[in-house]
Amino acid sequence: MAASYIFHNAKELLERCHEHEVPIWKVMLNYEKQFSDRPEEEILKMLDVRLQVIFDGIEAAIEKPELSRSGMVGTSTPKLAAAVHDFKKWGDKLLLNESAVRAMLGAVATGENNARMGVILAFPTAGAAGVLPGVIYGAKHKLGLSRQQMLEMMLTASAIGIVIANSATLSGAAGGCQAEVGSAAAMAAAALTEVRGYSPETSLHAASLALKNMIGLACDPIGGLVEVPCVKRNAFGAVFSMTASDMACMGIESFVPFDEIVRAMREVGELMSPKIRETALGGLAMTPTGQTVAKKMGLLKIGDNPCAK
Amino acid sequence: MTTFSLFDIAGPIMVGPSSSHTAGAAKIGQFARAIFDATPTKVHFLLHGSFGKVYKGHATDRALLGGVMKFSPDDAHIKESFEIADEEGLKYEFEPGDLGAGHHPNSVRITLENKDRKTVVVGSSIGGGNVVINQINGFDVHLTGNSAEQYFTLVVENENRPGMLAKVTGFLGEKGIRIVNMQSCYLAFENKVLSVLSLEKDLSLKEILALEKEEGILFVRALEKLS
Repeated sequence: MAASYIFHNAKELLERCHEHEVPIWKVMLNYEKQFSDRPEEEILKMLDVRLQVIFDGIEAAIEKPELSRSGMVGTSTPKLAAAVHDFKKWGDKLLLNESAVRAMLGAVATGENNARMGVILAFPTAGAAGVLPGVIYGAKHKLGLSRQQMLEMMLTASAIGIVIANSATLSGAAGGCQAEVGSAAAMAAAALTEVRGYSPETSLHAASLALKNMIGLACDPIGGLVEVPCVKRNAFGAVFSMTASDMACMGIESFVPFDEIVRAMREVGELMSPKIRETALGGLAMTPTGQTVAKKMGLLKIGDNPCAK
Repeated sequence: MTTFSLFDIAGPIMVGPSSSHTAGAAKIGQFARAIFDATPTKVHFLLHGSFGKVYKGHATDRALLGGVMKFSPDDAHIKESFEIADEEGLKYEFEPGDLGAGHHPNSVRITLENKDRKTVVVGSSIGGGNVVINQINGFDVHLTGNSAEQYFTLVVENENRPGMLAKVTGFLGEKGIRIVNMQSCYLAFENKVLSVLSLEKDLSLKEILALEKEEGILFVRALEKLS
C-alpha cells in the first residue's frame, strides 16, 4: 500500500510534507488521489475548470458591470478596473502597489458577479468566494504565474481549508465571518507564500498570521444578502493575505501555531451571539440603513428569523 | 474524525448568490423534476421557513423554477428562468407558507402537474448546496442529492399487498442489478406503498415498462442522474 497522504490538522500536514519531502500542494494532490480514488489528470482537469470559472467571473463583471437586485453592490468593479487599467496614472496617487489593487479588483469583481447571479466558484464558500480569485488575479502579473502554478495555489489553499473545516467551520452561520473571509485569507496567504517558493512551515506561518487577525469577525450582512459588507470585505481579505504572506517571507513568525489558532477561532464562533451569525438580526443588518433596504426588498422582519433560535 | 475532499473546499461551481438559498434550491427543483419524470405544464412552490421569508433576495424562486426546467445549480440560465418558463408555457406560482414543525427552515413543497400526472415533492436545502428529499406524494422518504448523483434512483409505488417488494427486488435480481440502498413507506389512508431504491446500474426503458406492467405496481420512475 502506498504511504498515506491523508492529514486532519496542520501538524499532520507538515508531517506529510516532511515524510514525502514535498510541498503542501503536492500533499493535497496525493491526498485527493487517495481520498477520492480519482487519477491525478482528472483532479487537475477539475481544478482547471474551476480556475476558468474564477477568471470568467472576474472578466464578466469587468466587461459588463451590473447592479445587484437590491442595488447595494455593483458599482465598485468599474472603479477598480479603471485604476488597474490606467495604473501608471493612479500609481502616483495610491499607496498600495499594482498587485494589491489588482487583488482588490479580482475580489470585488467576483463578489459583484455573485451578487448579480453570475456563475462563481464557492471557494470555500459563496460569501468568501472573492479572496482566492483576488490573490491569484492580483499576484499573477508580478510573479509571472503559470497556469500550473495557479492550480498549485488552489491545492495549497484547499489543504488549509480542509484543516480549518476539520477542527472548526467554514460557515458564517456556524462561526461568523472569521470562518468565511478569515479562513479564505488564511488559505490565500499560504498559497501565495508557497507559490513564491517558501517552505511549508513559512506558508503555515502566513496562514496563521492571516487567520489570527480575523478572529472575532461578525457575519452581519444587510437583509441576509451576500452583499454588504461581504463584497468589499473580500477585497480586504485578499490584500490582508498579501500582508500576511509578505510578513512571513520576511521571516516573521506566528507566535501561536496554526492548529491552536483554528481551535481559538472555533471557540470564539461558539461564543458569538446567533444575532451576528448570518441571521441579519444584529450589527450592520440592524442599522437604520440596513433595515430600510431589508424592508424595501421584502426581506426579514425584525425578530422574525427562524435561524436565530 | 470527519474529513473533506479537495472539491468540498474548491467548490461547488454555482450561480450566485447563496449556496443554500440558490444552489440548493436549484438542486431540489432538479430533483422534483426527475421524480415527476415528464414535462410539467404547471408548478406550484410552497416556501417554508427562511425560504418563504428571503426567497426574493436570494433568487430562490428563480433557482427552484430553473431546477424544475432541468438547469443544474451552475447553469447561468437560472437567472432568466422566469422568462424561459413563460416562453415554454410553464405556469408557475410561489407561495410562502408553513409545512409544519419539524421541517428544516430551508424547505419547499413542489407540486408538478400536467394532464396525465401530478407529483408532490418536499425537499430541504441543508447547507453548502446539499439537499434532501423528505417526501414524495405524501410518503416520508430520505433521499440525498449526493446519493442521486452517485447512484441510479428508482421510485416505485404499489398497492399494499403481500409479496410486492419481493416482486420488485426479484425483478432487479434477475437483471443482475445490485441494490445499494432501499427504503419503503406505507401510507395507510391510501393503502399504498412507495419505495425508493438506489441502484448501481440503470434500468432500460423497456425494463421499466415491464416492471410497471406487473400486477399491483402503480408506477415506476427511474430518476435521471442529477448533475
